[in-house]
Amino acid sequence: MTQKLPATDVVIIGLGWTGAILAEALTRAGLNVVAIERGPWRDTATDFPTTYAQDELRYHIRHDLFLRPAQETMTFRNNAGQTALPMRTWGSFMPPNGVGGGGVHWNAETWRFLPTDFQLRSHLTQRYGAKFLPADMTIQDWGVTYDDLEPYYDRFEYLCGTSGKAGNIKGVKQDGGNPYEGARSREYPTPPQTQPYGPSLFADAARSMGYKPFPQPSGNLSQAYTNWLGVTLAPCTYCGFCEWFGCGNYSKASPQTTLLPVLVRRPNFEARTECEVAQINLDRSRKRATGVTYVDIDGRSWEQPADLVLLCAFQLFNVHLLLHSGIGTPYDPQTGEGVIGRNYSYQVTSSVTAFFDDKNFNPFISSGAIGMCIDDYNGDNFDHGPLGFVGGGYMGGVQTNGRPILTTSTPKGTPNWGPAWKKAVKENYLSTYQFVTHGSCYSYRDAFLDLDPTYTDRLGRKLLRITFDFHDNELKMSRYITDRLADIVEKLEPRTMEKNPRTGPYNSTVYQTTHTCGGAIMGSDPKTSALNRYLQSWDVPNLFVTGATAFPQNAGYNPTNTVCALAFWAADAIVNQYLKSPGPLVQA
Amino acid sequence: MRIARRELLAGTAASVLALGCTSAAARMVAGNLPWKPDAGTPPPVSANPGVWVFFTPEEGAAVEALVDRLIPPDPQTPGGKDAGCAVFIDRQLAGPFGNSRALYMRPPFADGTPQQGPQSPLTPAMRYRQSLAALDKYCREAFAGKSFAQLSDAQKDDVIGRLEKGPIHLEGASATGFFEMLLRNTREGFFADPVYGGNRNMVGWKMIGFPGARYDYRDWVDKHNQRYPLPPVGISGRPEWGGA
Repeated sequence: MTQKLPATDVVIIGLGWTGAILAEALTRAGLNVVAIERGPWRDTATDFPTTYAQDELRYHIRHDLFLRPAQETMTFRNNAGQTALPMRTWGSFMPPNGVGGGGVHWNAETWRFLPTDFQLRSHLTQRYGAKFLPADMTIQDWGVTYDDLEPYYDRFEYLCGTSGKAGNIKGVKQDGGNPYEGARSREYPTPPQTQPYGPSLFADAARSMGYKPFPQPSGNLSQAYTNWLGVTLAPCTYCGFCEWFGCGNYSKASPQTTLLPVLVRRPNFEARTECEVAQINLDRSRKRATGVTYVDIDGRSWEQPADLVLLCAFQLFNVHLLLHSGIGTPYDPQTGEGVIGRNYSYQVTSSVTAFFDDKNFNPFISSGAIGMCIDDYNGDNFDHGPLGFVGGGYMGGVQTNGRPILTTSTPKGTPNWGPAWKKAVKENYLSTYQFVTHGSCYSYRDAFLDLDPTYTDRLGRKLLRITFDFHDNELKMSRYITDRLADIVEKLEPRTMEKNPRTGPYNSTVYQTTHTCGGAIMGSDPKTSALNRYLQSWDVPNLFVTGATAFPQNAGYNPTNTVCALAFWAADAIVNQYLKSPGPLVQA
Repeated sequence: MRIARRELLAGTAASVLALGCTSAAARMVAGNLPWKPDAGTPPPVSANPGVWVFFTPEEGAAVEALVDRLIPPDPQTPGGKDAGCAVFIDRQLAGPFGNSRALYMRPPFADGTPQQGPQSPLTPAMRYRQSLAALDKYCREAFAGKSFAQLSDAQKDDVIGRLEKGPIHLEGASATGFFEMLLRNTREGFFADPVYGGNRNMVGWKMIGFPGARYDYRDWVDKHNQRYPLPPVGISGRPEWGGA
């Protein structure tokens, strides 16, 4: 039996980056906010102590910080002709769990998207003509522009204390920064991190070829920083336990290190952890959310009424809850109609592994977002006309870790075991460097999310089903930019070099990134988007949905800065517009 | 809507067991940051050598022989056996890894494409038990009653090569599947923190020059192309400190 609790102003589903950002803004505006989080409470001192946080087996190999597939998972198939099967363990991406969400275990690369990324279809159509795009490519404009979001990118970067070097301040190009970036209103809050050997070599080689390398913007801080909430972060120690790990040094930007110490002390905020929202409730009109029903750790069911519902879970679970709650029209790949589940996309990564005889990279001296990059082959920064594909990515020497269980490269042809393997690991560990690209993934008619007909979760709900494969456009893009990366690496004269462009089919068992995108996308037309430009549901105006769920397609960058800029943008729209006159902020 | 408490607990952090939640919320956080030392993720318990926890003595002998050929000893660095890889695997199989407690194990189980990932209803513990029994049977039939551990090094390498490439038939078990799992777990044991029973005396880390759980390299980040000077340290310290 479900018991009804007293109503609150706002209920937030999921207390990761975007849930914490919205909770901070709305408690500041005076509203009572209840955040409901499926996983446990997590804090630096209690959960990531420097005495044992640096444990590759526990956190990376055994997935200790992540959602347990036993609690919730998805089914997967490459195409609609296959029968989807459950992801019984995690592989290509790592769904987060617990307070702080993905903000706990991200690498903290803090990129902005390019201005043209937000008007992708219009821009590409204008430059190359509509026929240049594959017929089944369903990319869209976002309904917001880079200029709309610039103040909110700035707000997130100054929350985090992001370390970097501006390339464009108010239209004036800056030496040492990314020459392709959109204009920013001011310099980064803190200077770039110190670069180790590998990134420095990459930068030298790129410079010798006429490129303009710049430091990757990092949420692992070069120096101590106090943000606009008065919360202080510490300098990064280059420990090499960043992605997949919580930071014990208070030096990686996360909800824990930037927002929660302030938020949790506000009398009008409350978090309920280890409570899983089973569904969003609607009234009889099905145009108004009345709150949520959740199940606590003892299996008891509670209804939490609220005036405003903010769906802030991880991208896939936002879509799952929308489908399960019957909000919006499910996407139908046959007709191309419907919006919930539409435009599921991902990220296309690749690498070039270089083996040297005379170099010692000390790969363990690293941070999640350290590195030197170039952006010449990202987005539409280069002419795609002769190339026959669209999209691109950044590339560079980024040094995230030297953890030995997974970071022991051996040249192709080395046996997998025995004396030759052992010798090769020993000889190559310190002197091998993997240079990377981080590429876009555009959306297609046949890549989508819906509910699985067979498999259920522990609450008896149908699992979310992922139907996804890479398309020729993305594989061509990956080959091209991997070749351009190899041109630079070759200048360093490695003993041998291996190019690893992304190849198909998409493999759900091989880790690539946790940048799953789309499924309830933002836009300006309710026929082709689930959310308006303020992340407000077209169908249920007192519901807002955050996260990469809203991305119509993914750009050639890590998504967190854009995810959080959108959350700040939505927060401002709620406080300054919606609360004054609750209802649709955009007329369909 | 009511589901078994046991099932809920299976899917979330073990720490909630201690919290005894009876309120409307499983756990309410308001007013202050909750603070309890090691509340969320208690430190790992040290695995020490000694009697097998999961393996039978015969299984233990076979796994020690296997890991010592996968990572053979050389004059500078011990092999998988003396590095503790078999102890590591034994302790892992006795814990949550061995029983797939955190994984999605609901039926139906069907074979899929390689891209869809593992679909076996068997846990790692069950797979080791079946595969080691099948390997023992195979060896005794092929080598006049000898177990794997009793074979010569050349014979062992030949059997492992057959496991890897697949021509061997293990009754009731996938030879290549077992090989892949065994190799992965052996490498884990060679390079994981010594607290888990492998990488004894940090031999894996010393071999490659990984300094372990040092956590602060600010003094060396700009010393390009220079070997890091300090020896490795584990999360339980260094052997000479009386730790793992």
